[in-house]
Amino acid sequence: MSLLADLLLALAAQVLHVALLVAAAPVLVGVVRLVKARLLGRTGPPVLQPWRDLLRLLRKQPVVAENASWLFHAAPSAHLAAILAAAALVPSFALGMASAPFADLLVIGGLLALARVILALAGMEIGSRFGGIGASREMTYAAFAEPALLLVIFTLALMVGTTNLDAIALTLREGLVGLRVSLGLALIAMIAIALAETGRMPVDNPASHLEVTMVHEAMVLEYSGRHLAMIELAGALKLLLWLSLIATIFVPFGIARAGALPLWWLGGLAAWVAKIGVLALALSGFETAIAKMRVFRVPEFLGVAVLLAVLAVVLLFVSQGFA
Amino acid sequence: MGEHLGYGTLGYDVAHLLGAAVLVLSFVLLYQRRVGAMINSYATQAWVLTAAACWQGWAQDAPQLYLTGLLTLAANGLAIPLALHAIVRRLQVHRSIDAAMGVFASMALGVGMVALSIMVVLPTTLHSGSLTREDLALALSVVLLGLLVLISRRSALTQVIGVLSLENGLILAAIGVDGMPLVVELSVAVLVVLAFMVFGVFFFRLRARFDSLDVAHLDRVGGQHR
Repeated sequence: MSLLADLLLALAAQVLHVALLVAAAPVLVGVVRLVKARLLGRTGPPVLQPWRDLLRLLRKQPVVAENASWLFHAAPSAHLAAILAAAALVPSFALGMASAPFADLLVIGGLLALARVILALAGMEIGSRFGGIGASREMTYAAFAEPALLLVIFTLALMVGTTNLDAIALTLREGLVGLRVSLGLALIAMIAIALAETGRMPVDNPASHLEVTMVHEAMVLEYSGRHLAMIELAGALKLLLWLSLIATIFVPFGIARAGALPLWWLGGLAAWVAKIGVLALALSGFETAIAKMRVFRVPEFLGVAVLLAVLAVVLLFVSQGFA
Repeated sequence: MGEHLGYGTLGYDVAHLLGAAVLVLSFVLLYQRRVGAMINSYATQAWVLTAAACWQGWAQDAPQLYLTGLLTLAANGLAIPLALHAIVRRLQVHRSIDAAMGVFASMALGVGMVALSIMVVLPTTLHSGSLTREDLALALSVVLLGLLVLISRRSALTQVIGVLSLENGLILAAIGVDGMPLVVELSVAVLVVLAFMVFGVFFFRLRARFDSLDVAHLDRVGGQHR
């Protein structure tokens, strides 16, 4: 195949990937909510309800506090843009998308950190105490989650020899690394980080509007209308991004190889839907079974994730030797 | 053994993974504060240890390891946890939370223990196969973490769980080493059951005397205050 055709194929995969993620993210949130409701014996909202909420919010006029500056207006778009850029880098159904050369894990972590900082600033912008509390808690958690993520990235980089997500997924897909203890420890650490980053159950309750327990919701309390729609979409995208990231690194099987014909994408798509579905079911079950932690226990929880990641690195040195 | 169980083969990988699972469960023991959850974590550790023993029995082609696994399952995996649960119910301490060292401090010390055991084991076993080396490093870590549970807890019950998990580490070491005679493993198993009986009597005496399982009470009757 010629170079141009390859490039076009990679671009097509990229466009499809982004469209798919944006379309699927609210559906994923709907699925998780529905399964959780069913597990609790309620009927639950339909799967498409988050999409309907988004469309309704888009039609509404945002109500903005009088003392809000340009930052308050710009933050939702900037937040969504950073999350979307990060989501575009995480492969879903095919490797070797147009963004593959930039799909560095450090870049993805950096974009997520950027999105978080923007939202924390916006939370403090109006001057309401509640937003300040949310922002401070979010940054406290981030101070523990980010070192853990960096250590997980370090583990993968030691194992594979690169921090490029595409290359890591390809190596692990071929089974060149085998079954490794460090991978298992990194997976546990990664799940803990993902739960904290997406504000899921033991760390933050996504359904809570009880004041003392809110973290993410407290930060975005002042937002309404299309601003809120953007933040909600970004939140859904972030959840899908983390599930995709875990699926791509730890179960990269079935994903279409770089340069494969579009026919293979169908297989990759089916595998991706299955993986995300299983993860979403597991998340719903886990959230139903577990209670939310006290705020002061979350740093302990994330500290454990950091230490597990350290352990992964240490054990990697054992199996590879000190050479 | 190192020849047919090289790095990257299935037998090696699964053995390593199970050993590490035992180690992670030791960390869970260190992290847990509630007595019931600690007993369950201990039981899970024993089950994983059973799986590790059976896997090693298959990989090393050593049928006596199946017997070790069976004994581990019966004693450490079923009998002792059930007895511990019964004691917890009898003494009505199932709601108690053990005051101990902070989570982060104890976990950091735990990772330090793992690093220490790796530093000790790797240089001294340069001539052995890589599986033996790593299994020994993992087993020594489990032993040290058991000791850490022992010194970081105040309740006699949770301290005993630390001792028992330490013994799980000994079994892990025994199954990883080629040609460990069965009689050693049997004696370890008998020792555990006997020790557990002594602990049981100790619990009830402690409870009857001080109305608590906190071993800090014992300081008062120690020699220095006589």
